[in-house]
Amino acid sequence: MSEQTAAGGRPIIDVKGVWKRFGTVDVLKGIDLSIQKSEVTCIIGPSGSGKSTLLRCIAFLEEYSEGEIYIEGELLGFSLENGKRRRVSDAEVARVRRNVGFVFQQFNLWPHMTALENVAAPLRLARGIPREDAAKRARAMLDKVGLSARADAYPSQLSGGQQQRVGIARALAMEPHIMLFDEPTSALDPELVGEVLQVMRDLAREGMTMAVVTHEMGFAAQVADKVVFIDRGVIAVSGSPEQVFRDNDNPRLRQFLQNYFERNVFWQSGDETPADAPAL
Amino acid sequence: MTFNLAILTDNWPLLLDGMLLTIFIWVVGTAIGLAIGLAVAVLQLFTNRWLAAPLTFYVAVMRGTPFLIQLFVIYYGGPFFGLDLTPLVAGVGGLALYGGAYFSEIFRAGFLSVPPGQIEAARMMGISRLAIIRHVQLPQMLVIILPALANMTVLLSKETAVLSVITVNEMTSVVQSIGSTTFAFAETLLFLAVVYWAFLEIVTALARRLEKRVGRFTLRNQH
Repeated sequence: MSEQTAAGGRPIIDVKGVWKRFGTVDVLKGIDLSIQKSEVTCIIGPSGSGKSTLLRCIAFLEEYSEGEIYIEGELLGFSLENGKRRRVSDAEVARVRRNVGFVFQQFNLWPHMTALENVAAPLRLARGIPREDAAKRARAMLDKVGLSARADAYPSQLSGGQQQRVGIARALAMEPHIMLFDEPTSALDPELVGEVLQVMRDLAREGMTMAVVTHEMGFAAQVADKVVFIDRGVIAVSGSPEQVFRDNDNPRLRQFLQNYFERNVFWQSGDETPADAPAL
Repeated sequence: MTFNLAILTDNWPLLLDGMLLTIFIWVVGTAIGLAIGLAVAVLQLFTNRWLAAPLTFYVAVMRGTPFLIQLFVIYYGGPFFGLDLTPLVAGVGGLALYGGAYFSEIFRAGFLSVPPGQIEAARMMGISRLAIIRHVQLPQMLVIILPALANMTVLLSKETAVLSVITVNEMTSVVQSIGSTTFAFAETLLFLAVVYWAFLEIVTALARRLEKRVGRFTLRNQH
């Protein structure tokens, strides 16, 4: 981490010793993570491991219980006075995370607005951009995710993949410095996953800083600069895709990946006679 | 006993005055009640509990006691607290406070019907709390709560009759006095029933049209 800081300057996101408790349950137990500009970080792990909670803490959709999260150098959600944490106002939270875009597993589009309005409304309501300029920028964003032809459709008239692409366009329209994706393809039918991953791949290629909680190991292997394996609330393994997927022998990670592969194997030639079975 | 509708035509100026006054009380009382209801629901849901607790108490009192008693307290009890109101002001204000309590519960249910993820997305975009209420929550919840709001509005039209007990000369009190001087109870009560029923039909028709308007996005989804 220190050599990265030296090379890349101030990280966009800096998570330091973050704990998150829900009641008596510790979901995150001392997370340290820093994300540099233009870096794609994929966060993987078993369900219930805390990976989504971590992403939601970085967006301050959850209040973290201990530690510090810095967004471009500014402490998120709290102020420190003589070492004591104080929750800041919602307006101050909104100011610090103004350059953070978030894409939700369930899309969370506003169903009473068309695709275009979904993208344009935040520009008008949060940034005070005049209606026509907002619509223009919204159109450009929908074009970017390949949906300019569906601008006037309501969310319920769009497929899941199209809805998620509107969700991405909506976040991109705010010109974020980092995009957080919370299992963006987990709610999609399998044949619709590809179109969303393609949009994300294009974004990564353009140099967008991204943190992606995902179960798409192929995407993580191809696109990520850094893969982080979270298990039981701690970062168990982190490194390049090769280091994590190929070289690491952490037993929990191996088990997790093994389960993933088995789930995705649907046919093997010679199923009746496993390849390693002695030939008769 | 004869059935003589001439009783109504002979007294039409009185009846018309009574009806207009009833409509005035109803419309103004409902409008203020809606405003109170929305404000109470917003304050209960989106501010701190020190503000919410007294409002919850207000709603409980208004829903838990008869409107008749509330009017008595406001009109006859008011002067003891330095609240010296004319019968009409006390009546309209009372109706608004009474209706507002019920409306607030309807609005509250409406706010809770919008999925929290949508609110999260809006906050993440930096949209203010008030703008979220106005642009994300209200347009969606209105589709859902419109029938309940219309229902309460119809109920309030009939509650206006209670204002006769604090000497407001609205339709029901006019009809009662005509009935008691002419003994033509059947005709006058029939008139009363028909007019209240007409109110119901008007509100229902308006609500249907409004439902179509606010529900554009759901209607369009069906084809």
